[in-house]
Amino acid sequence: MSNITSPSPEAMRARAVLLGRSRWGVAEIIFWILAVACYWLFPTKLSLLSEIAILGLVALSVDLVLGYAGIVTLGQGAFFGIGAYAAGLAAKFGMGTSLWSDPVIGLFIGGGVAAVIGFATSFLVLRGSDMTRLMVTLGVALIVDEVVNQMKWLTGGSDGLQGVLPSAVLGIWEFDLFGRVAFVYSLVVLFVLFVIARALVKSPFGLSLQAIKGNMLRTRAIGMPVNARLVAVYTVAAFYAGVAGALAAQTTQFASPDYVAFHRSADAMLMLVFGGAGHLYGGLLGSIIFRTMQDVLGNITPQYWQFWLGVTLVALVLFVRGGILGLLDNMLAAWRRKGGAS
Amino acid sequence: MSPRILLESRDLVKRFGGITATDHVTFSLPEGARHALIGPNGAGKTTFINLLSGVLTPTSGEIFLDGANVTHWSARKRAHAGLARTFQINQLFADLTPIETLMLTIAEREGEGSSWWRPVGARTDFVDEAVALLAQLGISDIAHARVGQLAYGKQRLLEIAVALAQKPKVLLLDEPAAGVPEHEREQILDVVAALPKDVALILIEHDMHLVFRFAKSISVLVNGGLFVEGTPDEIANDPRVRQVYLGEEEVHV
Ligand SMILES: Nc1ncnc2c1ncn2[C@@H]1O[C@H](COP(=O)(O)OP(=O)(O)OP(=O)(O)O)[C@@H](O)[C@H]1O
Ligand SMILES: [Mg+2]
Repeated sequence: MSNITSPSPEAMRARAVLLGRSRWGVAEIIFWILAVACYWLFPTKLSLLSEIAILGLVALSVDLVLGYAGIVTLGQGAFFGIGAYAAGLAAKFGMGTSLWSDPVIGLFIGGGVAAVIGFATSFLVLRGSDMTRLMVTLGVALIVDEVVNQMKWLTGGSDGLQGVLPSAVLGIWEFDLFGRVAFVYSLVVLFVLFVIARALVKSPFGLSLQAIKGNMLRTRAIGMPVNARLVAVYTVAAFYAGVAGALAAQTTQFASPDYVAFHRSADAMLMLVFGGAGHLYGGLLGSIIFRTMQDVLGNITPQYWQFWLGVTLVALVLFVRGGILGLLDNMLAAWRRKGGAS
Repeated sequence: MSPRILLESRDLVKRFGGITATDHVTFSLPEGARHALIGPNGAGKTTFINLLSGVLTPTSGEIFLDGANVTHWSARKRAHAGLARTFQINQLFADLTPIETLMLTIAEREGEGSSWWRPVGARTDFVDEAVALLAQLGISDIAHARVGQLAYGKQRLLEIAVALAQKPKVLLLDEPAAGVPEHEREQILDVVAALPKDVALILIEHDMHLVFRFAKSISVLVNGGLFVEGTPDEIANDPRVRQVYLGEEEVHV
């Protein structure tokens, strides 16, 4: 009471603690420097790396919904596919010359269409238990899958969408045979969307998602519009998955029913759980490990790579909660305790 | 002039299948009230609070909050209209810290809960308010700890802090000291006693010493119905109340 104008030491500390959480950490900066360095480190693996960036974006999308808001979903693969076909069709009918073929506009088309469908279906996941949500999101994914296969005249059916011809990125960089432009483009898009997601989860909005995950009864009691928040995050996540799909269609110049297949959703969730949900980086790490394992194990034992992936996953879930990042967190905490004791 | 009625129920009924948990309760709470709601286990006290706060919808009857008919309002809307409550069983965010919990509540109160471009903590006025609240409840020391790891008594205090952060006109406290060790109960009840004068309070509590220390008026709920209402003296000397509590606890001032 003695001094109203200057904050107390506790208040200063609290401000520092809260704001400190949104500061970029050293590990984060190293992560992104390494991601950029991959361009020179693995010049022959650039299309694999683009694919990892795209998978990471889908896993990031699942993280927003599942890791932060606690809503289980098997629908992200559908939004990915919708984004891929929307952007693919736009590029196809733009014939590589008109504005429709512009990749960046294509991202907004893919993300936008996915977001609209995400928004429309978000109302289905507001109610019910985890199990009903799984069923509903899976149902939506299966419907999309079926629609893509049936609308042969538009999507090419099981043959896939041929002749996707995106023009040069920003009118400057043509997609090349070595996947250089594709990698840089994918990484830049991933980074931009990551930065936005990062701001989002560290904002009051992001905090409210974690609160919803923690205790819905209390969030309602403090006057939070829970449904509006869930609709918002589900729509944003659909946009992210849609952009990832658009990226995939543009960089591979193709879209096929495999892009909307159910396993996409399951894979994305697997990657996230693998890396650690609710950390933003979990999905990115998960996609790196998942896709690298697939590549390496696939070369050694083409038939059994999924078996080894499964073994690793079961071990991870059994022995460490919270995936790879959870493991790192625990190790860091143990190390700090040891350091504090000495 | 009679005091303004902030919260009112008219002929409120709630049935769960065959059980009538709230039985035609007509009740009013004036500005600045210090009202205790007592009654044996299973009398329907929590159900009544759940109806008032919008967690449950009544089978029949009406609820008024500061003059507005809120019977069909959501819990969220009632919260924004000035109603706050605590829960008999902690309903907190285990993965957040107390300071984050309060930041969230304050942001929601001020309509800033959906702001997404600025980090939590950018509104320094909110931070200062949250810090002051923790100090008011004597839990500044655990401001940055994970709520799920706090001692039970600290969590009970945080329950109250969250409700206070809503700056309510009406505050419903459902056994705030339940399950708390003896020496910490005093602290919680001191906090309750020191709540802002203009807030209308309902306290549910089984410990009669605390009830009689706090309350200016008391209602006794039995089998879902209002059994008697009166001043602490009237209730303490009412033979029927003694009878209800017989075998449970002696009623004395
Ligand atoms: N959701 C529910 N479904 C069915 N019955 C319920 C429900 N909630 C409460 N009841 C029943 O309603 C009656 C009143 O319960 P309530 O929890 O309101 O009592 P209470 O007075 O708060 O008891 P206590 O002092 O033990 O907290 C009890 O018989 C209880 O079993
Ligand atoms: Mg109760």
